[in-house]
Parts: sequence; C-alpha cells; structure tokens
Amino acid sequence: MRRRTFLRAAGAVAMTLALSSAALAQEAVKVGLILPMTGPFASTGRQIEAAVKLYMQQNGDTVAGKKIQLIVKDDTGVADVTKRLAQELIVNDKISVMAGFGLTPLALAPAPLATQAKVPQVVMAAATATITEASPFIVRTSFTLPQATVPMADWASQNGIKKVVTLVSDYGPGIDAEKAFTGAFTAKSGQVENLRVPLANPDFSPFLQKVADAKPDALFVFVPSGIGAQFMKQFMERGLDKSGVKLIGPGDVTDDDILNGMGDVALGAITTQHYSTAHDSPENKAFVEAFKKANNGMRPNFMAVGGYDGMHLIYEGLKKTGGQGGQALIDAMKGMSWTSPRGPISIDPQTRDIIQNIYVRKVERKDGELYNVEFATIPNVKDPVKAAKAN
Amino acid sequence: MSFPENAVLTILFDGIAYGMLLFVLACGLAVTLGLMNFVNLAHGAFAMAGGYVTAVLMNRSGVPFLATLPLAFIVPAIIGLVLERTLYKRLYTRSHLDQVLFSIGLVFMAVAAIDYSFGSQQQLIQLPGWLQGRIDILGVQVGLYRSFIIVICGALVVALQLILTKTRFGSRLRAAVDDPRVARGLGINVSLIFATTFAFGSGLAGLGGALGAEILGLDPTFPLKFMIYFLIVVTVGGTTSITGPFLASLLLGIADVAGKYYVPSVGAFVIYTLMIVVLVLRPQGLFERAR
Repeated sequence: MRRRTFLRAAGAVAMTLALSSAALAQEAVKVGLILPMTGPFASTGRQIEAAVKLYMQQNGDTVAGKKIQLIVKDDTGVADVTKRLAQELIVNDKISVMAGFGLTPLALAPAPLATQAKVPQVVMAAATATITEASPFIVRTSFTLPQATVPMADWASQNGIKKVVTLVSDYGPGIDAEKAFTGAFTAKSGQVENLRVPLANPDFSPFLQKVADAKPDALFVFVPSGIGAQFMKQFMERGLDKSGVKLIGPGDVTDDDILNGMGDVALGAITTQHYSTAHDSPENKAFVEAFKKANNGMRPNFMAVGGYDGMHLIYEGLKKTGGQGGQALIDAMKGMSWTSPRGPISIDPQTRDIIQNIYVRKVERKDGELYNVEFATIPNVKDPVKAAKAN
Repeated sequence: MSFPENAVLTILFDGIAYGMLLFVLACGLAVTLGLMNFVNLAHGAFAMAGGYVTAVLMNRSGVPFLATLPLAFIVPAIIGLVLERTLYKRLYTRSHLDQVLFSIGLVFMAVAAIDYSFGSQQQLIQLPGWLQGRIDILGVQVGLYRSFIIVICGALVVALQLILTKTRFGSRLRAAVDDPRVARGLGINVSLIFATTFAFGSGLAGLGGALGAEILGLDPTFPLKFMIYFLIVVTVGGTTSITGPFLASLLLGIADVAGKYYVPSVGAFVIYTLMIVVLVLRPQGLFERAR
C-alpha cells in the first residue's frame, strides 16, 4: 500500500516536471547549431560559432517575444555524428531550427530528418550545389562552388587566358569546381586539361611538375582551405609564378583566415568568391571590427559571414512567423533579401539557395597585411547547376 | 600529354627528397620497432612536437629557421626520454596489443593537447630567402629547399650507419637488443642504452617534423595522417638495420612522386600497391634475409 502511494507520488512529480519543461519549451525557441568544433575542420566551426554568437550579441536574444536559446554541438567533422546529434536535438531538445553544417556530407546526413520532422535546416558552410535538393527544408546562406567558379571561367576567357590546367582535390566539392569551370571555360572556346589530387596528399610536387610541362596560361586550383597554404608555397617553389602561369580559382585557396600566414607567395593570386574581409562597405567594416574585437583579432572569413547571415535569416524568419517553426518558418525564409556584410543577398524562393554577388579579387598587401582585394563584381549570381536544370 | 626528358630527372629529384624526409621521420620507429621490438604508434607525435617547436619559435619569437632545428631535435628527445623512463619502460615486456593500445592512446592525447594549446589550423612557417625557389643545374630544375633536405638527411644516414656499426655504443645497442639478459650479465647498462636510443629516435622524428613542416604541412592531426607512411616504410624496409628502411623510404618516395606524375588517376594507390606486392613476395621486408 505504502509502495503504491510512493509510486503515485513519483508519477505526479514526473508529470509536473514534464509539463513545466513543455511550458518552458514553448517560451523559448531553440536553435541547434551543429558544427565541427574539433578535428581537421575545426576552424570552420570556430568561425561560424563566433559569427553566430556575435549576431546574437548585437541583436539581442529575444525575437517575436520569444527567447532564442542556442545549443552548440560538436560533430567532429563526421557525418554519422552529425546525424545522431540532429536526431537528439530534434527529439529531446525539440529544436525549431538546426543550423551549421561545415562540410557537404555533414549537411546531407541530417537532411532526411529535416524532412521528416519538418525542421528547417540552415546550411551555413557546405557548398556542393545539390545540397538544397536533399530536403525541402534546407536553406543555404553560404554559397555553392559552381556559383563561385563559373564567374572565374568568364573572367579568365575575357582576360586573354586561353589554356588552363585545373587541379582539384579529388572529392565532391573539388569535382564540382572542376566540372563547373571546365564546362564554362570550354563553352567560351578555352582549352582545359584536368588533374585531380588525392584528398590526403602530402606532396604536390608531381602534380605541379605536370602543370609546368603543360605550360598553361593559368592554373585553376581548388583545394580545401587548410591545404591551400601548402599548395601556394609549392607553386612558388617550382617557379611557376615566374614562368607566367597565373594562379586562379574559387576563393577557398586564399581563405582570409590563413591568408596572412601564407606570406608573399600568395600575392597576385586571382580568385572569385562571395566574400572578402576587405569588402568595401559600411556593413562589412562594422562586421569585421566587431568580429575582431570579440575574437581576439581573428579575421572573419567566408565561413563566418555564412554563419552571420544564417542567424539573420533565422531571426527575420521567426519575426515573420511570430516565433513559429516548421513549414511556416521555411516559407517565411523563401525570397527574403537583405544587405549582408558581403553585399546584397537573397534567398531564391524556388531553390532555397542563396543569390549573391560574386567578386573577382586579387591578393594584395594592404597596411602590412595580405587581403583579397575585390576589383570586379558579377551581380546576383544564382547557382548555375540548379539554374541549368530549371531551363 | 608528353613527358619532357628533364622532367624525369626533376621527378627523380623530388622523389629522393621526399623519400629522405620519410626516412628521417620514420627511422626512429625502425629503431624502436625493429631493434627494441616495441610497437610505438605514437612516433608521429614526436615528429609533430618537433614541427611545433620550429613553428612556434619562428612565428612567435622570431628565431631564424636554422636555429630552431637543433631545438626541434632536443625538445622531442627530452620528451621521449621522460616518457620512456616513466611510461614506455613499463611496457617493454608487455604484449604487442598492450603496446599498441597504449601508444595510440598517447597519439590521441597529443592531438588533443596540441589542438587545445595551439589551435587546429595549419602552422605555416616562412623559410629564409636562400632556401626558397629553385635553380637550374644542367637543365634540370632543382628546388633549393629539397636539396637542403637531401643534404641534411644524407648526412644523417651516414652518421647513423656509422654509429650503429662502428662505435662501441652501436655494438652495445645491438647486443642489448639481441639478448638483454646476457648483455646485462656482461655489464652493459641495458636500460640506459634503451633510454638513449629511444630519446635519439624521438629527436630524429622531431627534426623530420620540423624539416617536413614546409612540404608535408603541420596541424594537430599530423601523427595520424602520417602513421601509415611510417609503418609502410618500416614494413617494406624491414626493421633490423638502418639501410633497409632507408632504401625503402627512397623507393616509396620516388614511387609516390613518379606514380602521381605519370598516372595521376591512380597515383595515390601506387605506394600501397607497392607495399602489398613487397609483402606478398617478401613478407620479412625487402632487404632482409628470410628467417
């Protein structure tokens, strides 16, 4: 008898606890931020987390009368972990939005969960074109590689470059970049030769020797940003810069985060991308200054701006829906446009992918530091892969 | 695509430099694994330590590159000595599985410690001007830094071989390895010899890490990334001498570079194929007599 009373009491306590946490959950909007915070891609995670926190610090943590609660999880750059964390966040923490996703596989892994649970998934970094097709709940605030690459091909053909060797890391985004560039450049009657480098490749010398043999006008390169510095040094060591081979590519190879450490070898590299720390606008000046101040002088790079804009998209979306998540939130995000530190951007209502300016930049020394200095703009670029499918 | 004649020599040169670098990185492992019969997977962690000594001294204190190299040897050697005395010593008599588990644990601790204290980004160093660029020797393009590596590593190989075969220390070491009990009975201080050898091997790894920072890159996952290369060198070369791993390193270095140059589409697999072929034909290692 006594035991039964105890059980009943315990049950009642559990019930109240459950109810009160449910009530709390209604007042707070939870945002699950899944990023590689440790492991080889930790710099991506750090940049995005810093940018997201900066945005929340600048704009307060209350939207539409509800408190925004940020839950940061570390997926260590492993897709299985991303999926498990996403599931935990959706089922246990009842998040309204998940965001982050440093690499393509990490963005694809939780996509089925986003569809099933109707939780919008804001991709802040991963850049393979097809990601937004994996779920109708995915929206992207970073960029797609073809989006940054096709303008490079246009620029090259307009500037007297006729023969190009491409050198890309042999994985999803690298192949994306290779295809996008080759397609666009041959369409303008340029000549292209393709080289692929294994992702785990300690020494570029054999590949660079092949480039030297081919004597192209330019070398188009895409390697993950961490390896970029190593690549640049070997490019220089081989004297390719002196024999007149221009170094071109999407901006990953001259990532702002590590550009300054590369030294003079990076000077003169021409890249196309959506963001440079040196972008000349009042929004960007304020952003860079605040970011550096909050992070011990660290420069924001293109990952950081993806995180910052992703958070802006979540805030504005929630304002529109009055704090409601799910289908309403993803619908609210579609077609949204604003002025980001990188310039004017919008979310394509059809593809949920980002439309933005792509800038042609050249590495120069400014005030003693190396920057990607923008010198030409291609306005409102849509992802060319999805644009081609739509036609 | 055509292959110009001079490129062959350039590729050969690059391959030799790469192989030499692999040798300096891996020869410490050949000593611990081959001579002392201890499976030390944490070898790469000592190499990383050396690389970080160089990178940190150069970037934070402005020490010139050459001056950091002795420290890149000494610091990992001291770390190696301390760890040998406190931890490794206890595992000499344990099974290989225990040794593997212990040393791989050490690798993860090293990776996390470096990540925590220096961040996960690539460490970049600026070589002095006279080591940058390349020169033309009889029509062959030769990288200055790679020549520098070949000279240093070549000198090390000769020195190591002489120490091992011609000095009293070398013969004591070989005796201590062959039969520690008898060696002890003859009055040889076996544990001192093991400690010195271990420290020296760690120091060499550190030097390799420092020299390799420019070519191989340097970040906290270094010990894991290159563990396979070290093990391939040691398995292909055999473990009872210095010449075996040395020739194996050269072979792998040249095969890797040439494979990637001539058949880039499968270039990454050339060294693995080579390893499998060698192990099928000569499971005891390329340069060893069958037992």
